Amino acid sequence: MTNPIDVSLGWPRWRRSWWYHATYYAQTWRGSVASSVLYPIFFLAALGIGVGKLVTAHTGLVQGQTYIHFIAPSLLATTTMQLGEGESMWPVLAAIKWIRTYHAAVATPLEPEDILYGKLAWVVTRALATGVVYTIVIGSFGALQSWWCLTLPLIGALITLAFSAPLVAFAATAQSDGSFTAIYRFAFVPMFLFSATFFPVSSYPGYLRPIVQFMPLYHGVALARAAAFGDGSFGAIIFHIVFLVVMAVAGIFWGRHTMRRRLVD
Amino acid sequence: MKYAAMSEPILEAHELVKRFDDFEAVKGVSFTVNRGETFGFLGPNGAGKTSTMRMISAVSRPTSGTLTILGLDPGSHGPEIRGRLGVVPQEDTLELELSVRQNLEMFGRYFDISRDILRARATELLDFAQLSDRANDKVDDLSGGMKRRLTIARALINQPELLILDEPTTGLDPQARHLLWERLYRLKRDGVTQIITTHYMDEAEQLCDRLVVMDHGTIVAEGPPRELIALHSTREVVELRFDTDSPEEFNSRLRQFAQRVEVLPDRILLYVDAGDDTLREIHEVGIVPASALVRRSSLEDVFLHLTGRTLVD
Repeated sequence: MTNPIDVSLGWPRWRRSWWYHATYYAQTWRGSVASSVLYPIFFLAALGIGVGKLVTAHTGLVQGQTYIHFIAPSLLATTTMQLGEGESMWPVLAAIKWIRTYHAAVATPLEPEDILYGKLAWVVTRALATGVVYTIVIGSFGALQSWWCLTLPLIGALITLAFSAPLVAFAATAQSDGSFTAIYRFAFVPMFLFSATFFPVSSYPGYLRPIVQFMPLYHGVALARAAAFGDGSFGAIIFHIVFLVVMAVAGIFWGRHTMRRRLVD
Repeated sequence: MKYAAMSEPILEAHELVKRFDDFEAVKGVSFTVNRGETFGFLGPNGAGKTSTMRMISAVSRPTSGTLTILGLDPGSHGPEIRGRLGVVPQEDTLELELSVRQNLEMFGRYFDISRDILRARATELLDFAQLSDRANDKVDDLSGGMKRRLTIARALINQPELLILDEPTTGLDPQARHLLWERLYRLKRDGVTQIITTHYMDEAEQLCDRLVVMDHGTIVAEGPPRELIALHSTREVVELRFDTDSPEEFNSRLRQFAQRVEVLPDRILLYVDAGDDTLREIHEVGIVPASALVRRSSLEDVFLHLTGRTLVD
């Protein structure tokens, strides 16, 4: 009896977990694809064209941009944040606790770290694809003014990873999904609304600005705008990137610990 | 250890301990499983069976003790060992949204099996699990027995040398159980070593060449089912029922007739060598039970004797 296993070509094992997610998605993608193309168009149409008309009538340009151009890049940032959020809490707890597919996976050659990396790699893959779609949509509304816009999918991937890694790590410690709802209500909804997403940080009173600038999404939004318009200071851009990279790396290290503890201890 | 000498060990455990924060689930168990045999773990809930299974599946690490699986140390060769094992967990852990075939093929990806081999292997396993005509149905729509067979088929996707089954038939109806037993026999004939936990005594007697009884994290008995019965029970058991709410009153009067007397809420068990003779003697002294049954000792008698009759939740 020949043993067909472990013919890995020197590739890391987590690639098998990535493949699993990719295959799963290939079977179940139909619902989500329409929304990932239609949502940005709806949002840009409603806010950009509708609200934008009012803004232009009252205040003119926002930071040198028409309102629809001003909010278009932040839409990429909020969507990639939501992708990281949606993929990393409920699905992870389900795979650990409800349908227990992660437990099935650790009984194969995969280690808990492989499951984590494969998951994050898959979420990043989705973010890159979403980023490409959004970049095209944003571009078709005329909001792209610099070749730096080609980095928008990468920025989207970084935003997704910065949220996904710590959330997966946290989900691996959760006993129920009660805390997820709280995180969604008290962290993500405010962040979505107040990260200089729909109005510039200068609209906030001075004492609130440091709080806004501490929100992770603020850095994603700022990066996306800088790429779309080709502006922003070098120092600020580096700071935004470092902020998100630190979140991602810290999340990965935390996740290695929590996944191992939950799945194999 | 005379059985161990008969063939090559596929798994050797020595003084395995598994401790969680302040709870010792497994308190030093030693056993050897030989290639080709079906080895059972019996024990009440909380006896440490599942913790032991997780260690010998090379998933969780023993707190102390030594463990060799397929000649390798799971501490340093975990992925390699798990590539050659099949594990059937207590819960089915299937992807409910996907089809039967997709479940098999996707799981094979974890073992890095190529797509072509997987397709052929899945077809074979669907036939083995009698699920060929449900291949394209969603798993969510399958019955409990079918899901269980699919979980077993999935565990065979990598052609494992050792199959570990944690309560394979819990919750199944009798037909489904018998079909599953028949499939496990077939695997045994094909030379697949099996380790099974169960709390069904008939299952253990049917399937296991050798078994251990675990209780409170330790092994309290080990051997082939028939030998365990011979060692820990008598040849026959007389079951007596009386028209009384307090059968205890007969306890002292019956003691002289049996090697051991067990008083249950609804009946009294006499452990004896020749049940019919005992029954006659009882009648002769004027004790008249409402009903009497003479039967052979079963593994259940051994189990209850060794692990006690208190209900463990």
